[in-house]
Amino acid sequence: MKKAGITIENVHLAFGDTEVLKGVNLDIQPGEFFAFLGPSGSGKSTLLRAIAGFGPTPKGRILIGDRDVVGLDPWKRNVGMVFQSYALWPHMSVRDNVAFGLKERKVPSAQIKTKVDAALELVDLAHLADRMPNQLSGGQQQRIALARTVVVEPDVLLLDEPLSNLDASLRVHMRRELLRLQRQLGLTTIFVTHDQEEANTTCDRMAVLDGGVIQQVGSPLELYDRPENLFVANFLGTANILEGKVEVDGNERRFVTNTGDQLSLPEGSTGEGGNIVLRPQNISISRTQAADSLPGTVQHSEFLGSQIRYLVSAGGTEIVVDQSHRAGHDWIETGADVHLVANTQSAVVL
Amino acid sequence: MSQNTSPPAATRAGLADRLPRWLVPNLTGVHLVAVFIALLLIGLLLVPVAQVMIVAFQDPATGAATLQNFVDFFRTSLFRESFWNSFYVSAMSVVVATVIALPLAYITTRFHFSGSILIQSLGFIPLIMPPFVGAVAMQLIFGRNGTVNLLLRDWFGFDIPFMEGLNGVILVQSIHYFPFILINLSASLRNIDRSMEEAAQNLGSHGLRLFRRIVFPLAMPGYIAGAALVFIKVFDDLGTPLLLNVNNMLAPQAFLRISSIGISDPMGYVISVILVVFSVLSLWASFLFMRGKDYATVQKGGGGMAKRTLKPAEKALAYATVIFILLLVLSPHIGLLLLSFGTIWSFAPLPDGYTFQNYVTMWEGSKTFIMNTVLYAGIAATLDVIIGTAIAYIVLRTQIFGRKGLDYLATAALAVPGVVLGIGYLRTFHAIDVPFTDKPMASWWVIIALALMIRRLPYALRACTAALQQVSHALEEAAESLGATKRRSIQKIVIPLMTGGILAGFVTSFATAAVELSATIMLVSSNNDAPLAYGIYLFMQTPSGRGAGAALGIVAVIVVAIGTIASQIIIERDKKLKSSGDAH
Repeated sequence: MKKAGITIENVHLAFGDTEVLKGVNLDIQPGEFFAFLGPSGSGKSTLLRAIAGFGPTPKGRILIGDRDVVGLDPWKRNVGMVFQSYALWPHMSVRDNVAFGLKERKVPSAQIKTKVDAALELVDLAHLADRMPNQLSGGQQQRIALARTVVVEPDVLLLDEPLSNLDASLRVHMRRELLRLQRQLGLTTIFVTHDQEEANTTCDRMAVLDGGVIQQVGSPLELYDRPENLFVANFLGTANILEGKVEVDGNERRFVTNTGDQLSLPEGSTGEGGNIVLRPQNISISRTQAADSLPGTVQHSEFLGSQIRYLVSAGGTEIVVDQSHRAGHDWIETGADVHLVANTQSAVVL
Repeated sequence: MSQNTSPPAATRAGLADRLPRWLVPNLTGVHLVAVFIALLLIGLLLVPVAQVMIVAFQDPATGAATLQNFVDFFRTSLFRESFWNSFYVSAMSVVVATVIALPLAYITTRFHFSGSILIQSLGFIPLIMPPFVGAVAMQLIFGRNGTVNLLLRDWFGFDIPFMEGLNGVILVQSIHYFPFILINLSASLRNIDRSMEEAAQNLGSHGLRLFRRIVFPLAMPGYIAGAALVFIKVFDDLGTPLLLNVNNMLAPQAFLRISSIGISDPMGYVISVILVVFSVLSLWASFLFMRGKDYATVQKGGGGMAKRTLKPAEKALAYATVIFILLLVLSPHIGLLLLSFGTIWSFAPLPDGYTFQNYVTMWEGSKTFIMNTVLYAGIAATLDVIIGTAIAYIVLRTQIFGRKGLDYLATAALAVPGVVLGIGYLRTFHAIDVPFTDKPMASWWVIIALALMIRRLPYALRACTAALQQVSHALEEAAESLGATKRRSIQKIVIPLMTGGILAGFVTSFATAAVELSATIMLVSSNNDAPLAYGIYLFMQTPSGRGAGAALGIVAVIVVAIGTIASQIIIERDKKLKSSGDAH
């Protein structure tokens, strides 16, 4: 299968007077598994649908390979899309659903049979070819929808929240399945989701969207460790954000919180903003004072199995601290006065 | 949750306590009401229809069971012809109604079209006029010497036999009944999730192919439901063919045999059996087709089909189509209005002059008709909502054995054509005298009201059921837990909350019963007992009476229109009231 990259240049899109995409620029590499991640209303689905040719015509350019598809009818784009609802046609059997796109492309019927069988084989559902869609489970419907889309060998594959209608255990299984398929077919794939775990576990790179604007693009690790703004920091995982300012004293840089507590920053750290982002697992909790520690009081604690999560009031806010749990370790009781030591190597100042 | 509030122990003490429980069933008022309604439905629906069935299979001389009547029926060429004509007219009416409804349904559901409000009124304008009322007016517009053909002949030198024989019945019926297809088809088109269509576009499909392969198959269940309804209605209709003087169809034949030869002639019964069988068959066929095909695919957050804006040329075409259909649909109304105000209208595109005289003549000649109509339709509609409410309550809120049966029995009236019910009543009640007199019940006016009641009950029952479903059971339970008895809580809580729905059911039942012809025409024994619909039929028999008949027709249209609008307003107001109650 040929691989096509996608280039999105300065795309604006409005529903009537409501602007939903406000100047989106993005480069997706051929063969890449890319995710659009964002809360509902962020514009991620709208952007995906614009690539497929649904919804109002956007301003700007959307290149698939080197063809600008803006204004092109959806049926002329050769873009495969899997819908959130799967959109399997209830009046057609599984086989007819999968064969639909091939028939539209006037593929000879002998080839249609071979290709449909291969596609059903690919998703392990060859034995269900003669069922009707309403006789299938959610996960099976999902895989048929996928087979129906990839059988036409699209240039790119678009997945609109494909896992949101599945129950939790099936979701984990299906996302591995999706990744396996994507790697096997080598299709440029865009995966829309509001679930960061789904995006983290599947995609090569992702774009975080909010308010119709791309907030940051990068690999899951980059986005988690080096968020460029507070939205990304908060949206990906749990973030403790302390307000204050950076003070420079010769070679030493330290972050002074609004409550006057000091956290020394590592050498070579940059960032001059008024917030410091600390991940819960990068803070340790202790009953004894140490250098650069924040005094606080345990407000609440939760046993989560592999770790214990403490909610500690310190530094003028409530700080989430995760401590990995081992048998025999003590559990600090609510109300106890503690000291928090932050590993500022991994902290980000924004 | 117990439905039967146990009577105070004191009343049960004594003999009853010593008998086994099954001998003293815990009967309550609700049980008695259920039994009473069951007896009423059996007496007024089941027995008359069964009578018709039995007579059809009986040798008229000996009373022995036989198939001879059916053999005779199919040996008579007139009956064979009537059978095929009825079938042909019904099928063609479905086709023509589809041709009218399909573009309208498509335009409203697929495009942003400012004329949609026109189309919505199109959907209900025909239904406010019984088809037979418009039939004569249609003759004057589309007949051989009607407006359209006179103009065609003058301008182009040819004419079109719109109203010749069966064509006339097909035209009148399809114009009248196409809304059933329009409403059902539009609803199922709207219920298709847009992703169904987008998925097909995504895979390379568009235009007519997309419509044929995805959209229409998904809308099929709605279409079939509408088409089956049109088929039955046309197959059973008596008034339209009678007024157009097309007698070689089944329903008119049944009527003519019974009215001219008498109630002992078996042919009327044979035809009745055929009518019932076809009704049941088409209802059953549409049920079979619909089973397992609930294609309503709208997802949460999804919003029906994607609507497209029309290009200027397309918009012009859409408006032209809609206006053409609107004119066609309004032609019986326009024709009737012209006829009612016209002096003489014959061999001319329009009446020669205009006058109010027809209304004066109509008023003088039909005061009785109007009074009778108000009386009959009033009784029928009142009984309908009382029985409808009772059945709805029994089905939804009690555990009484066989409660579903009541619902089915009342609904079964849908499958019984008016002619058949009329014949059944004649046969069943001619031997029974009105209490305290020696007149047979069959010629008693009360029987007409009861026939109307049975005919309208299925619709009233649906309205009452819907109304009751909106009243949360908890409201009733709250009243009971505060000490209200079952009866009090129904009186004080349930009925008042159902009022809107019940009232809407009453108004619709009243309005449609007021213009019902097929059952009443069989049962009217003297002009003094005749209702309005029969009056129109009488007027229209003579050319000189047509003007006054049209004026009476206008009265009928106004009655039904007011009824329809009123019930809409009541339903809307009720909805608003309920939703504002939910708001906090």
